[in-house]
Amino acid sequence: MNAMPPLAPVPSPLETFLAQQEGIGLLRFLTCGSVDDGKSTLIGRLLYDTKLIFDDTLATLARDSVKHGTTGDDIDFALLVDGLEAEREQGITIDVAYRFFTTDKRRFIVADTPGHEQYTRNMATGASNADLAVVLIDARQGVLTQTKRHSFIVSLLGIRHIVLAVNKIDLVGFSEARFNQIREEYAAAVQHLGFKTLTAIPMSARYGDNVISVSERTPWYDGPSLLHLLETIDVDSDTAARPFRMPVQWVNRPNLDFRGYAGTIASGSIRPGDRVTVAASGRTSTIARIVTLDGDLDEAGAGRAVTLTLADQIDISRGDVLAAPTEPVPVADKFDAQIVWLSEHTLFPGRSYIVKLGTRSVSGSVTRIRHRIDINSFENVAADTLEMNDVAAVSLSLTAPIAVERFTENRDLGGFILIDRLTNATVGVGMVETAAQASTNIVWHDLAVDREARAAMKGQRPAAIWFTGLSGAGKSTVANLVDRKLHALGRHTFILDGDNVRHGLNRDLGFTEADRVENIRRAAEAARLLVDAGLIVLVSFISPYRSDREAARERFEPGEFLEAFVDTPIDECRRRDPKGLYARADQGLIRNFTGVSAPYEAPENPELHLRTDATAEELADRVVEELRRRAIIA
Amino acid sequence: MSDRLSHLKRLESESIRIFREVAAECRAPVFLYSIGKDSTVMLHLAMKAFFPSKPPFPLMHIDTGWKFREMIEFRDATVARLGLPLIVATNAEGRRQGINPFDHGGYYTHAMKTEALKAALKQHGFDAAFGGARRDEEKSRAKERVFSFRTAAQEWDPKNQRPEFWQLYNGRMNPGESLRVFPLSNWTELDIWHYIMLEKLDIVPLYFAAVRPVVVRDGSLIVVHDERMRLDPGEVPEQKLVRFRSLGCYPLTAAHESDAATLPDIVAEMLVARTSERGGRLIDRDDKDSMEKKKREGYF
Repeated sequence: MNAMPPLAPVPSPLETFLAQQEGIGLLRFLTCGSVDDGKSTLIGRLLYDTKLIFDDTLATLARDSVKHGTTGDDIDFALLVDGLEAEREQGITIDVAYRFFTTDKRRFIVADTPGHEQYTRNMATGASNADLAVVLIDARQGVLTQTKRHSFIVSLLGIRHIVLAVNKIDLVGFSEARFNQIREEYAAAVQHLGFKTLTAIPMSARYGDNVISVSERTPWYDGPSLLHLLETIDVDSDTAARPFRMPVQWVNRPNLDFRGYAGTIASGSIRPGDRVTVAASGRTSTIARIVTLDGDLDEAGAGRAVTLTLADQIDISRGDVLAAPTEPVPVADKFDAQIVWLSEHTLFPGRSYIVKLGTRSVSGSVTRIRHRIDINSFENVAADTLEMNDVAAVSLSLTAPIAVERFTENRDLGGFILIDRLTNATVGVGMVETAAQASTNIVWHDLAVDREARAAMKGQRPAAIWFTGLSGAGKSTVANLVDRKLHALGRHTFILDGDNVRHGLNRDLGFTEADRVENIRRAAEAARLLVDAGLIVLVSFISPYRSDREAARERFEPGEFLEAFVDTPIDECRRRDPKGLYARADQGLIRNFTGVSAPYEAPENPELHLRTDATAEELADRVVEELRRRAIIA
Repeated sequence: MSDRLSHLKRLESESIRIFREVAAECRAPVFLYSIGKDSTVMLHLAMKAFFPSKPPFPLMHIDTGWKFREMIEFRDATVARLGLPLIVATNAEGRRQGINPFDHGGYYTHAMKTEALKAALKQHGFDAAFGGARRDEEKSRAKERVFSFRTAAQEWDPKNQRPEFWQLYNGRMNPGESLRVFPLSNWTELDIWHYIMLEKLDIVPLYFAAVRPVVVRDGSLIVVHDERMRLDPGEVPEQKLVRFRSLGCYPLTAAHESDAATLPDIVAEMLVARTSERGGRLIDRDDKDSMEKKKREGYF
């Protein structure tokens, strides 16, 4: 908090003091490291020694220390920051807590982050907005796996300055040799992580040695105290010097006469009269005004939230990026990135997620895991899937090209999150390494005879009808009947049947979740080629996962993909058991059998919901009727 | 981030970005307006975020019926001046039952604030609610995300929050789920006052020292605000020069003795203060984890 020490005189006049405060820069840092290395204690000690703890807070703290404390009769500073009930009960930090303090040189926001591996995503959350990391090490323990994991993650998230706090130095007899040993071990471990500065400080957070002032108990240490370093270190980035970029966040249209583009300038600066290019379309215009409630600005730079108006009427919407025309932003639908996987659900290549980058959200998937990075050795290892807290180098593919830059050059256009399509949870965070310019990637062959022309010749609109349901639900039966009826009507059709495709195109795939994802992806791609050929494609696949069917849907134009849920209860499927599969699955002879030992996620809003209240013949008629209703056939 | 923007300009830009992101990503946002200094700053930032348009969402005030008269007057004058739509939501059933801060203690806050808020959010179908909470206020608030996800039952699960990176917020949710959004997360109490001074914002007069009738209860100065205030036998209100550091329901908000009658006085007083801002909020003292508990149940 921002109270000053009680005896400090308030400068007069007050406005001068506040103006000076306003000029003081901000440093955001985090404390990280393994469990019990003393992260929360260090922050508590910093706040206490800089006299920034209010009396009533201190009284509560003294009470809590008796109840929950782990420091005998002393005040347990960790309780200052461990704000959640569960944290105090268990004596651990679960989620990141933010604390604020100010000295006469700088103001600080410190993120106290959890040490347990289980809560790595909360640690990463705290790291993402920090300029510097204080990595704590218990002098008795030395460099641990978690020390390396945290160092690696902070480097990925863009932190370039490290303070290595060799804590609990009192418990190793203030040993210089031990300190040097840890410092060297750590420096060797992180030498490839690209840190600009690394300062090691011997410390006792509990007793305050080298925290706000240099301790007499480490006479051999000639470096700065932690606070002195935090107050003086230069962490300036050069965002302002880079070319102008602004992702459009919101289009401001109060009336017909005003059209403004609201956003936060990601890099560079802008003035009225400057030329700007819209990244994806390449259209160019001139900045007319920089509009704010306080009046128009002559110039605005990186970090500023503004509303820009342009001299020309050009089509711009949320997600577009305005950029300096002399240094355009790369636009790509494929890029390489490093990601940290944050979900307890496995990442499978090919599965579709929402990729949010800048102000743009598009569907995309990891097409390939190039390698996983072993946290302990920092070595690259091969991986087919990713589990929670894994870090990997991957390739991504999006359904639309977007403006994207390397993360190290531009955080706003190089950092992204992956969002689960069903739960909407944030399941991954990524940093773009290289973006391939869309046009230099794969050049689409310009088809002279297009799909509409092919379909028109057949007197139909192309479509994919995707039959999903349990094994034995009757998907193939209904699909075959629909096929016959359409054929009888002179329509051009084709059937893709799960079992048949598994004998050919997908013969290399098994039934693990990863293989099922790939199975559906190939089926969707094959169906799309056939739709491009102007056909009505009847796809009959169990396709148990909603996200995979949604990914398939996205390969098609709106209205071209019809999900037909063949909704036969499992007891009925089991009774039918046309291929004897349920019996074998029940005996444990088939692993990952949908409905028995693997889940089936029913569609929520299928275009066609085919229940067993009718015969297969009637269900097929309903499908044909729906195709008529949608003018797919006449 | 560039250090070239001044501290307050940077905070301002960060808050504006949050407002715009919600407006772009959420279907039906609402601004929870509680009339105090933080709401005042937050409202000013919302006006800036969308200028020359008006903010594309209504304001909503949860009126317990026990707010200071000056607060209600200030509220009505503010929305009239800015021309913004205001929804006043009250737990009518609770009011009919006569639930009050004297007889019903912690239950009063739960029924008249938390439940009233949840019911109103549900009734209007809001999927995102802006609140003026700051991380420097209180320990459990120090833990909360800027976009704080709520389940369909409007509950907060502090042990399982969505991770949040840079200023890249995830505003996606399923029907029935909602977000509480805190544009002032990274502001401190001093930042708020400093900004009010710089931007010359009007605030409720209760923040300024004046002679007011008070009684002392458990060491707290309670202003005898209207005829509903119950006096203990033998209790006689005294006239004292007092002001408020934080504003809530009047019988539950303690004043302190002060002669700070101007904004610079207030800031000067704050710089030497030795007690925390919410020290005057009696509801926080129910028990140790009261804020976290209330928040999990849906309190802001």
